[in-house]
Amino acid sequence: MKSLAFDSTNAICGAVFVILGGFFTYQSLTLDLGTALRMGPGYFPLLLALILVVLGLVVLVQSTRVAGEPLGPIALRGMAFILPAPVFFGLTVRGLGFVPALFFTALIAAFASSRMKPTMALMLAAAITLFSVVVFSYALGLPFQRFGPWVRF
Amino acid sequence: MELFSNLALGFATAASPENLLFCLIGVLLGTLIGVLPGIGATATIAMLLPITFQLEPVSSLIMLAGIYYGAQYGGSTTAILINMPGESSSAVTAIDGYQMARKGRAGAALSIAALGSFFAGTVSTFLVALFAIPLTAIALKFGAAEYFSLMIVGLVSSVALAHGSVVKALAMVALGLLLGLVGTDIYTGTPRFTLGIREYADGLNFVAVAVGVFGIAEILRNLEGEKTRSVLVHKVSGLWPTREDFRRMAAPVLRGTAIGSALGILPGGGAILAAFASYTVEKRVSDKPEEFGHGAIAGVAGPESANNAGAQTSFIPLLTLGIPANPVMALMVGAMIIQGIVPGPNVASEQPALFWGIIASMWIGNLMLVVLNLPLIGLWVKLLTIPYYVLFPIIMAFCSIGVYSVNSNVYDLYAVAFFGFAGYLLVKLRCEPAPLLLGFVLGPLLEENLRRAMILSRGDPTTFITRPISATLLLIALAVLVVVFLPSVRAKREEVFQEED
Repeated sequence: MKSLAFDSTNAICGAVFVILGGFFTYQSLTLDLGTALRMGPGYFPLLLALILVVLGLVVLVQSTRVAGEPLGPIALRGMAFILPAPVFFGLTVRGLGFVPALFFTALIAAFASSRMKPTMALMLAAAITLFSVVVFSYALGLPFQRFGPWVRF
Repeated sequence: MELFSNLALGFATAASPENLLFCLIGVLLGTLIGVLPGIGATATIAMLLPITFQLEPVSSLIMLAGIYYGAQYGGSTTAILINMPGESSSAVTAIDGYQMARKGRAGAALSIAALGSFFAGTVSTFLVALFAIPLTAIALKFGAAEYFSLMIVGLVSSVALAHGSVVKALAMVALGLLLGLVGTDIYTGTPRFTLGIREYADGLNFVAVAVGVFGIAEILRNLEGEKTRSVLVHKVSGLWPTREDFRRMAAPVLRGTAIGSALGILPGGGAILAAFASYTVEKRVSDKPEEFGHGAIAGVAGPESANNAGAQTSFIPLLTLGIPANPVMALMVGAMIIQGIVPGPNVASEQPALFWGIIASMWIGNLMLVVLNLPLIGLWVKLLTIPYYVLFPIIMAFCSIGVYSVNSNVYDLYAVAFFGFAGYLLVKLRCEPAPLLLGFVLGPLLEENLRRAMILSRGDPTTFITRPISATLLLIALAVLVVVFLPSVRAKREEVFQEED
């Protein structure tokens, strides 16, 4: 044992694979496995899940041999604003309707960058909404309600 | 000649005013997203997929194909002018193209790239037409065992082409296949891995997974360290290459076209690999290898021809076998299925107008690109000055609309957010998303053919190695795996991918 140097990225990666593989293995075992001749719903997934666990273990073992590069910066602000945007759209598109839901979705996403100014974000969100309503709702005729029940009086 | 009557049918279909319009929209959009770094063809096609639902099948596929090869053209503009690949396949163009631009030869570099691409596009479109029928005939002989083995070849090749660790790429394939199995089992109707959420009974939405893993993960990666792009050249002049340039680009263009066409056909191949292979070859055969990295014309002409040729010929496995060679082709499968067309060898005989129309439209699209791009270069340069923080709210809005409009299922939007996060996590863990997506698309097909083959052989697994075509395909897959694990190839592979970063 020379040192305790190990590649933390690969260690995490291997662990993630093992955990995911374990989850799918557990789930597959609750399904009917069948036989090789008539495979049940669990047969093929179980095979794949076990392969995933083995590959994860290999990555994990390999990670102890070499010192790796660090993980690098993580886009925390990006994640905090980008990921909720489609979720917000999903939660409100039926209730608020297409126009307000899209406006706020674009507005939320706009704040993911530290360079965005509030007025700029408002203008951008308005422009995106206008463009999308014209193109998707009027020109392409996608079946969206422009204003939903929550905002109708 | 049957080939010519087929091509005539194709051109008649592709040249209808409506299809010409959608071809134009496709190539313009493709160039646009190719020019803009941070958004790729895969994410764009994924977002536009649901919208093409309203169009005729031929028009929608012509447009989506146009986006793909248009992006190859656009990507080279960005690579040459700001030393940043607009598309990953033009990464090598940046090496010598940018150096040419620094020497004041940006115009010549752009024309060389465009003309080389056009030549390659013409040749490879013809190749697609030539190979389509004989390959289709072979494909009709395929049984379940052959399909299974063919898909294994595709998955293994995608592993060979992924960056970094082979083991991780294999794990990504396995994970992708598993995710593809989420939903109701086709034979027994048992729900699998749905976590009790009824909305996932039809499986995870392909568009949601593709947009999340490719689009959103890419945005997050770009937000890590926001940099300002500086455009090197604001006015591009001297577009037309000199006679000397023409003389020096001829051989690299021919070699690039040959390499690109060959590599594009391989499952798992396509534009990116073709460009790298061509650059390596040009560097080796050149009598002035020291010029490479300092503005060698061959270093622009070869890879640019190769990536375009590869982009075209990667349609061959899709059109003849129904097997996607890369993530973009996987999206095309999705587009065909949305339109009610089952991709595979029957498309050529059942829908000849569609089949040949797509092939003919590729040539028309390439012509449009060369005619449009050189005069429009000033416009594309202007676009490069748009700051990134303006782009991604637009992308997010279109993502949300696109994904929601597939099935009007709000759970698809939650899946986008989840896969965006998962995709970003995988990027941070240095895993390549392409094998995952390919696995995701092929998962259900692979399982179905495996089960069918086992029933047909009465549970005898040797069926895969006793049937000659299947055995050959499995041997190819094995050979590819052995080759990527060879120490010398491994070192070379790391070197090639290093150059890209």
